[in-house]
Amino acid sequence: MDISLQNVEYRYQVNTPFERLAIKDVSIDIPSGTFLAIIGHTGSGKSTVLQHLNALLKPTEGNVVIGDRMITSEKKQKNLKEIRQRVGIVFQFPEHQLFEETVEKDICFGPMNFGVTEEAAKKRARAAIGQVGLPEEILSKSPFDLSGGQMRRVAIAGVLAMEPDVIVLDEPTAGLDPRGRKEIMDMFFSLHETRGLSTVLVTHSMEDASRYADQIVIMHNGEVYEKGTPKEIFSSPEGLLKLGLDVPEVVRFQLKMEKSLNIRFSKTCLTMEELTEEIAAAMKRGAPK
Amino acid sequence: MMDKMIFGRYVPAESVIHRMDPRSKLVLIFLFVCIVFLANNMLTYGLLTVYTFFMIALSKVPVRFIYTGLKPVLLLVIFTLFLHLFLTKEGEELFRFGWITIYEEGLRQGIFISLRFFLLILMTSILTLTTTPIEITDGLESLLDPLNKIKFPVHELALMMSISLRFIPTLMQETDKIMKAQTARGVDFTSGPIKERIKAIIPLLIPLFVSSFKRAEELAVAMEARGYRGGEGRTKYRQLSWGLKDTAMLAMLAAVTLVLILLRT
Repeated sequence: MDISLQNVEYRYQVNTPFERLAIKDVSIDIPSGTFLAIIGHTGSGKSTVLQHLNALLKPTEGNVVIGDRMITSEKKQKNLKEIRQRVGIVFQFPEHQLFEETVEKDICFGPMNFGVTEEAAKKRARAAIGQVGLPEEILSKSPFDLSGGQMRRVAIAGVLAMEPDVIVLDEPTAGLDPRGRKEIMDMFFSLHETRGLSTVLVTHSMEDASRYADQIVIMHNGEVYEKGTPKEIFSSPEGLLKLGLDVPEVVRFQLKMEKSLNIRFSKTCLTMEELTEEIAAAMKRGAPK
Repeated sequence: MMDKMIFGRYVPAESVIHRMDPRSKLVLIFLFVCIVFLANNMLTYGLLTVYTFFMIALSKVPVRFIYTGLKPVLLLVIFTLFLHLFLTKEGEELFRFGWITIYEEGLRQGIFISLRFFLLILMTSILTLTTTPIEITDGLESLLDPLNKIKFPVHELALMMSISLRFIPTLMQETDKIMKAQTARGVDFTSGPIKERIKAIIPLLIPLFVSSFKRAEELAVAMEARGYRGGEGRTKYRQLSWGLKDTAMLAMLAAVTLVLILLRT
């Protein structure tokens, strides 16, 4: 399902002294099957953009096209359920949304809201719990007896069980240990690959953005500052550095090497493997000392 | 979703009312609540209304903001009006429509009482709109200080108040966040049959309770870690100071009271 934001503006609390412009003139295309990463500082409008992707927020200006639906400021929208089912959002700290007596019921909650039968929902729950790397025994436990990391996975399973076409992730790994982080991101990436999902990832981690994304959007002060493929973005990192944003470690290493040895590699490398190959090739050619 | 609530919300601005000592504001509101009951005719109610709107003007809080924020309360005011209109059966009969009869006294009572109600709400809103919760509790603690003599736990009460006031906005944000998360999972909070909507509250309330308890515990630990052990011997960062404007404001209220007593019938 294609999603496209066209010149979207959003203001919080219109007509009060607290009125605040959150995003303006944001245009982003997310064709079906894209892995898009949105990067930016806290308060740059990332989370606001994300809530437009399944019509939780209605733009105060501009259009949001989700599949064949068009969301604008004027029309009162009816029947948003279909959109909500097809675009699943994993919010920041999703474990805060757990409420049922058992893990199984909580995972089934989403699908059953969208009209899936209990039988089918339970089946999906079993599948989803496996996907997030938890044993099936956990299904009969209370979600409040689990550890923080397990609760996070259960909450994610609850969204996966809705079987959305587009999955939107708001810093899904915040507060997890490094291993949990990698496991969860790898899981999302393999889902993205095998099911042909569109994925939108809001993150602070440049490593994740460069490793998984096809497209990167950089937000700054509520506007799109730069967009492009990871190669494009990270090969001219000056803009990023000016905003006080980081570049992936590999890129930083390459830049430092180029600077101190006064050489230029033929391309910007995003993974360690790529960079080692580049260095090896350069050494074979006999790099100028 | 909860953007328009104004209860317990502070609107920063530069105004006389904002700069008043919270103690004088509290005393002022308390006295106002008492003198509202002195009014009993058109003139006296008129005076009170003028006084209230004068205070709103002084506070520099945008009127439109107060209006949108008080809309839900207005419903209650109108309800009071109708209650009196239909249930008071005194004085001359004004008109009759089917089984509804409206009497003169009912109309009078209805208008006066709902106006009284409305003015009280407005004045107390001015207090919360122009005073930070911390100031309110500081003021209250200082005003209630004499009660310490009879072993009344004034500081604990003030602390309880400031904690609950402090967490209203946090709770609102949390509610908004969980509502959105559950909406994304297909819950419909805003339409559908009443029965469904009541059921939709459960996925909202349980996470709210869980996080509130967790937060309370964390707060207690954090306070103890920073050496909090009650009010005894604790110094204050904000010093209250009673100034000329505070005396002037109270004098003005005294004048209003005097005129009220003279004008009432």
